[in-house]
Amino acid sequence: MHTKSIKELSSLLRGKKISATELAQLFLARIRQSDLNAFLHVDEELTLAQAADADTRLEFDDATLLTGIPIAHKDIFVTQRWRSTAGSRMLENYVSPFDATVVSKLIDTGAVNLGKLNCDEFAMGSSNENSYFGPVKNPWDKAAVPGGSSGGSAAAVAARLTVGATGTDTGGSIRQPAALCGITGIKPTYGRVSRYGMIAYASSLDQGGPMAKTAEDCAILLNAMAGFDLRDSTSIQRRDEDFTQGLEKPLSGLRIGVPKEYFGAGLATDVEQAVRAALSEYEKLGAKLVEISLPNTSLSIPVYYVIAPAEASSNLSRFDGVRYGHRAKEYGDLQDMYRKTRAEGFGEEVQRRILVGTYVLCHGYYDAYYLQAQRIRRLIAQDFQLAFTQCDVIMGPVTPTVAWDIGDKADDPVANYLGDIYTLSTNLAGLPGMSIPCGFGQGEKNVNRPVGLQLTGNYFDEARLLNIAHKFQQATDWHLRAPEGATAGI
Amino acid sequence: MQWEVVIGLETHAQLSTNSKIFSGASTAFGAEPNTQACPVDLALPGVLPVMNRGAVEKAIQFGLAVGATIAPVSVFARKNYFYPDLPKGYQISQYEKPVVQGGRVSFMLERDGKQEIRSVQLTRAHLEEDAGKSLHEDYQGMSGIDLNRAGTPLLEIVTEPDMRSAAEAVAYARALHSLVTWLGICDGNMQEGSFRCDANVSVRPVGQKEFGTRCEIKNLNSFRFLEDAINIEVRRQIELIEDGGQVVQATRLYDPDNRETREMRSKEDAQDYRYFPDPDLPPLAISQEWIDRVKAVMPELPDAMRERFVRDYGLPEYDAAVLTQSKAMADYFEVLVVAIGKEQAKQGANWLMGDVSSTLNREGVEIADAPVSAAQLALLLKRIADGTISNKIAKEVFAAMWEAKSDDTNAADNIIDEKGLKQISDSGALEKIIDEVLAANQKSVDEFRAGKEKAFNALVGQVMKATKGKGNPAQVNELLKSKLAG
Repeated sequence: MHTKSIKELSSLLRGKKISATELAQLFLARIRQSDLNAFLHVDEELTLAQAADADTRLEFDDATLLTGIPIAHKDIFVTQRWRSTAGSRMLENYVSPFDATVVSKLIDTGAVNLGKLNCDEFAMGSSNENSYFGPVKNPWDKAAVPGGSSGGSAAAVAARLTVGATGTDTGGSIRQPAALCGITGIKPTYGRVSRYGMIAYASSLDQGGPMAKTAEDCAILLNAMAGFDLRDSTSIQRRDEDFTQGLEKPLSGLRIGVPKEYFGAGLATDVEQAVRAALSEYEKLGAKLVEISLPNTSLSIPVYYVIAPAEASSNLSRFDGVRYGHRAKEYGDLQDMYRKTRAEGFGEEVQRRILVGTYVLCHGYYDAYYLQAQRIRRLIAQDFQLAFTQCDVIMGPVTPTVAWDIGDKADDPVANYLGDIYTLSTNLAGLPGMSIPCGFGQGEKNVNRPVGLQLTGNYFDEARLLNIAHKFQQATDWHLRAPEGATAGI
Repeated sequence: MQWEVVIGLETHAQLSTNSKIFSGASTAFGAEPNTQACPVDLALPGVLPVMNRGAVEKAIQFGLAVGATIAPVSVFARKNYFYPDLPKGYQISQYEKPVVQGGRVSFMLERDGKQEIRSVQLTRAHLEEDAGKSLHEDYQGMSGIDLNRAGTPLLEIVTEPDMRSAAEAVAYARALHSLVTWLGICDGNMQEGSFRCDANVSVRPVGQKEFGTRCEIKNLNSFRFLEDAINIEVRRQIELIEDGGQVVQATRLYDPDNRETREMRSKEDAQDYRYFPDPDLPPLAISQEWIDRVKAVMPELPDAMRERFVRDYGLPEYDAAVLTQSKAMADYFEVLVVAIGKEQAKQGANWLMGDVSSTLNREGVEIADAPVSAAQLALLLKRIADGTISNKIAKEVFAAMWEAKSDDTNAADNIIDEKGLKQISDSGALEKIIDEVLAANQKSVDEFRAGKEKAFNALVGQVMKATKGKGNPAQVNELLKSKLAG
């Protein structure tokens, strides 16, 4: 039951073969038995109340495709009833007085929330080791990281602890953990999904999106999540689209751009092999490969690590111990209260980024760092526009390597930053991007760890991306592979 | 040494919108602390700002009124600093690209007993949000925070260092105050902090080109404080320099009780606000169509109204200027003129600038709250025009109307009737009185007949006295002349 797709589950629910309550109980039991540390807050009563509502809707034929479908939210989305911690001690016991737009949209469809998912603190990190509440384990190999920052979301979907999950992606935080956990995730075009109620990391880069087993499930979830929101001035006013509509379109004649910069030094052989095999599969489906160039790819790391911390340093100023959240127990004057509260409440990586961000915005450094980074950001966006004159979609690896072991890179922030090289530029340009499972690599450990294929589309091409991903998933079964233990059971 | 004073002003005008600049919370003053602060104002995790278009339109109105450029694209920036009454840890303001650029405010300034027109160049006016309030009393050992004011829209209006005296700065501030209240974009309530000034003050030897080092005096919330603070600061700077010292660039606070300015922070501890464009708000684009729409619903501006009063009502420049000092006065005048007719416009202006203004001043009442309405005054002026009462009696009636505070549009007639002040225009009645006066003043009659013109005036006076001032003066003259000739 827990391995089924949204469509399959929905038809079982509507056919009264299973109730939303039973389905929720089944997943809650799986979560109870799990030792991945993927969930930060589960409240069975709240979940079962939502499931009961869903059953009522099913009873009265007022159901959508998502009514009764168990999902879970990255703990970056605020929720009225579940705690919202952002993986931080700063918000350890915080409960929001309102639901994020994405959360309330999913409630409207009748989807059932299983709880809140672990993540890197304030979405800063790519291994989930930066969570105050401990790292999440990769269900494929519990010694390995699940990726981040949406590591809890990816691990929970991979371990079939939930049907789908929400994630957020600022520099790869949906795509990278999706790749390392062997699931499907899409980061929509910037502005597609409302950021209202998404605890901000870097406002000009943050974008929420769905993570699930398949492209089809992602399309169904994105239908519910996307849309203009009056409360988010950066959300884009466009006619609503049905992302499931074009899933079956044939791929003949599709031009796939393969950026040469994505296959250079630093890319592990096992990852390259899996990605190249996937590209060959696409050729069999009628697509053509076109070599393209994204010349400023390597600059995306320094540009991202100036802009994102700059925005973060300002976004995180509100956590000052005055109105809510953590406040140091003992302090002298006001400045001392700020210092102690923030030193205690924020973890090391968050503090590092606040410091870097504060520095690059300082008078005298602003032009050299922040403005310069914004200029290069525009060049990176232009590179993509040029590329899209030659191709319809860009494909390459999501990450240079498969998942590494927990603790391996924990003391080396720069090594972590370099791992983001293939995903950052998509956010800098504001483009939609996906990760789909395309094989396995052995890494250095000689154990199977998933490899992801990255798909990048032009602005608002989500429907096309989902179609391209879906056709691949019809031809292959990488997305159906699940870690040991995930398929067994109830 | 002769010193020249150089002043530039930054004025925060609170825009009178119903809701805050980036949230839907109410801006009403005086509510219980923290009852008008929504999640956005409290900077809860996940909230985002949304621009209030009404606030933008008020800024556009201001820009149009001062002849400024309305920027087609302006940018909101974050000004970062920590303070408990600043919930986000940054204030959303405009920094590099303000919505209003340039412009000019003109006003009358008295110099050596003469009124002259002065004009101050504006640098810019930008939109920003207000912070909350810290309350240090009433909380033993702690501070209270009231965030009702957090997010209230402000227009910060910045001048060039164009003013040369405290009096000029006050005249500018008054003109600005009257303009923003005229436009209805700010309620102008200075006690509540809706209109407050920061003054940048420096001195330099007369003839020197370079500016002296300036100090900024913060938060002056009355014209009297503004004038006093500048004068005190100027004296302090001159004394300091003349004693061989140097002015240190600093932010200072004015203490009205001890009549001094005190240093708040010097330039050395000036904060680095780390301004950068707010990624939550796209650049503010203002199209020509939007400007045109705003222009179409804007009230007529004082300058245009002054010219119209001269052109259409034949008022002297001076009268037109006085009547257009405030919107309320101009509106009162227009209602009056419509009722009494254009031909009587000058008479109406005289009354407004005379009895009405002096009574308002004496009683400390604003024209909008005057107990005699424009319609009521119009009837009184009609009664002068149609000869029912004389101008002199009318003053008495006006005073009585002011006292009575009646809403009745016929108040003037009622009082004339009650007090029996109707002018005697009945020739029979007047003739009888004149005959009596002539009989009783044979001496004056003889003198007149002997050629003493003055004696005529004495006789008129006696007749008016006998009528208790109610005799129609023209008729009395005429009748008396014919009697004496006869």
